[in-house]
Amino acid sequence: MNSTKALDIAGLEEVYDQLACAIDQAGPEKSELFLVKLALLNANALGDPSVVNAHIQTALRDL
Amino acid sequence: MHQPTSEPRRSIYYDYQVMRPWLAAEHPDSARAKVVISGAGPAGLTAALELARHGVPSVVLESELQVSEGSRAIVFTRRSLEILQQVGVAQRLSEDGLPWCFGNSYYRGQRVFRMENPHDDNDRFFPMLNIQQQYLEQYLVEAVQAQPLIDLRWGNRVVGLEQDEAGVRLEVDTPEGTYRLETDWLVAADGARSIVRNLLGLKMEGTSYEGRFVIADIRIDLPLPTERLAFFDPPWNPGNTVLMHREPHGIWRIDYQLPAGETPEDALQPESLRSRIQSALEQVGHADKPWEMDWSSVYSARTLTLPDYVCGRVLFTGDAAHLLPIFGVRGANTGFQDSQSLAWHLAFVAKGLASPKLLSNYSRERVGAAREIIDEAGKSTRFMAPPTRGFRLLRDAVLSLSLTQEFVRPLYHWRTSRPHEYTGSALNCAQDDNARFHGGPAHGAPPSNVKLGDDDYLLDHLGGGFDLLYFTEGPAIPGDLLETVEAARKNGLPLRLTAIGASSPVRGADKAIADADGHVRQRYGVEGEGAAYLLRPDQHICGRWLRLDAERLGAALTRMLSQ
Repeated sequence: MNSTKALDIAGLEEVYDQLACAIDQAGPEKSELFLVKLALLNANALGDPSVVNAHIQTALRDL
Repeated sequence: MHQPTSEPRRSIYYDYQVMRPWLAAEHPDSARAKVVISGAGPAGLTAALELARHGVPSVVLESELQVSEGSRAIVFTRRSLEILQQVGVAQRLSEDGLPWCFGNSYYRGQRVFRMENPHDDNDRFFPMLNIQQQYLEQYLVEAVQAQPLIDLRWGNRVVGLEQDEAGVRLEVDTPEGTYRLETDWLVAADGARSIVRNLLGLKMEGTSYEGRFVIADIRIDLPLPTERLAFFDPPWNPGNTVLMHREPHGIWRIDYQLPAGETPEDALQPESLRSRIQSALEQVGHADKPWEMDWSSVYSARTLTLPDYVCGRVLFTGDAAHLLPIFGVRGANTGFQDSQSLAWHLAFVAKGLASPKLLSNYSRERVGAAREIIDEAGKSTRFMAPPTRGFRLLRDAVLSLSLTQEFVRPLYHWRTSRPHEYTGSALNCAQDDNARFHGGPAHGAPPSNVKLGDDDYLLDHLGGGFDLLYFTEGPAIPGDLLETVEAARKNGLPLRLTAIGASSPVRGADKAIADADGHVRQRYGVEGEGAAYLLRPDQHICGRWLRLDAERLGAALTRMLSQ
């Protein structure tokens, strides 16, 4: 989880807005599908199943 | 009283022959059997033929009076053909079947994945061969009828069994009533709904999936190549999967998944079948072609296995031992490997060459194979027919991404049946040079075939017992090696010695293969004089040496018989 490359505040805010807009654009029917596609693309870019699994576990917390 | 139907099954392309039932009254001198095999499907008949090849007689009991209904298993792998070559039916299958190498997956009208499995020049058989199961069974039945060691009894159904350390007592029902049959060993090859398994109260372990598929055979003239076609989420069957395969005799197999909740009875209504098949044809651009229905059935994927294939004096093979999904053609293709393995293990025990403990090796190896297959088939099944909302979301995300993203496309490849490698087998030699080879099939692997000449391949020359391949350019097998081989043979071990690499006959070898172009040496990673491979009767590798000596060969051969 201690990635050497993290988002700075400006980057985080940019992604925050982009994600929100994209979920709205996908619509309630397709937003889940959109998010899974995104997760797979990001996982492929990360290239490490254990990092992906750590992210999955973190995201599952406090739902 | 067992009354199998004596009406030929209906088919528009296959002429069913109804056999006469075997009646005890007509065979008053019928004796105790060495081996009884329940079930004359592909697994049972292959087991009987392999046992006969090892010199062990068997009685095969088949409940019906004819071969099975419908095309059922239609895709046979190269390894299956190599096994069927051993029992003498591969040539007929090759002549009548349709070979293929490629599979195509489509989504939203785009081909998103192409499975390429090219045909290697060193292989006699293509990666896949399509032929209906009736033909396979017919050819096996004809081979069985030509084999005096096999007593095939039509219309005989096992209805009761008891066993102790000495053998199994069966109650067999026939059209004239029941009779008793005693046997040293019983092989349960009686399929998915195995009566023997039920009589013994044995339970399989694993998962049953809910997704149901209709499998239907139609006669139609389609100008399409013999390649597998898979359609995901087509507009006419949203969210579901459709498969198409060409079969011989102008027949096509269409498999389509049913919407959740639809019953098999509804799915098999003629109007439902007609409109869905018409939609499938429309999808491939041939809605205008006339077609005729032959056979249909409903199927659901299961990944189940017995935890042990030996229960006292009863051994399980094929679907009686495990139920595997059709995706990846793992049913019959796994059954051939089971039966080939079962036959030699059982033959060695039945002939007194090895103790019954050897049978636990059969169970260990084949249960291991089934578990590996279940693991792989489970992945395929979860992609083909997602069992939960999560799996469906992931599958749909992959379908969507696959239109533009290369990295997800291999997920369409549903890991076609391949032979299990017995890497950790107790039969693998402890003191050989397995790890020091830089190529070639390793411990437990199936053999690599090699083209030797026109219509002449290495595997044509192997099988029926242990095979020792000795690589030499010299005129004779070294004397001390030959003595070790002779000593093993005196103890009853069937062992053939094949010399590879010499252009003239090699003294002491049963056969010499010149290997003038070095292809065998290359495929087996052999770099020097005196290297050797030891193959089990199922042709899997159990030992290999960079330079074989008599002492290590002796240890390896002793290991086989001391299990």
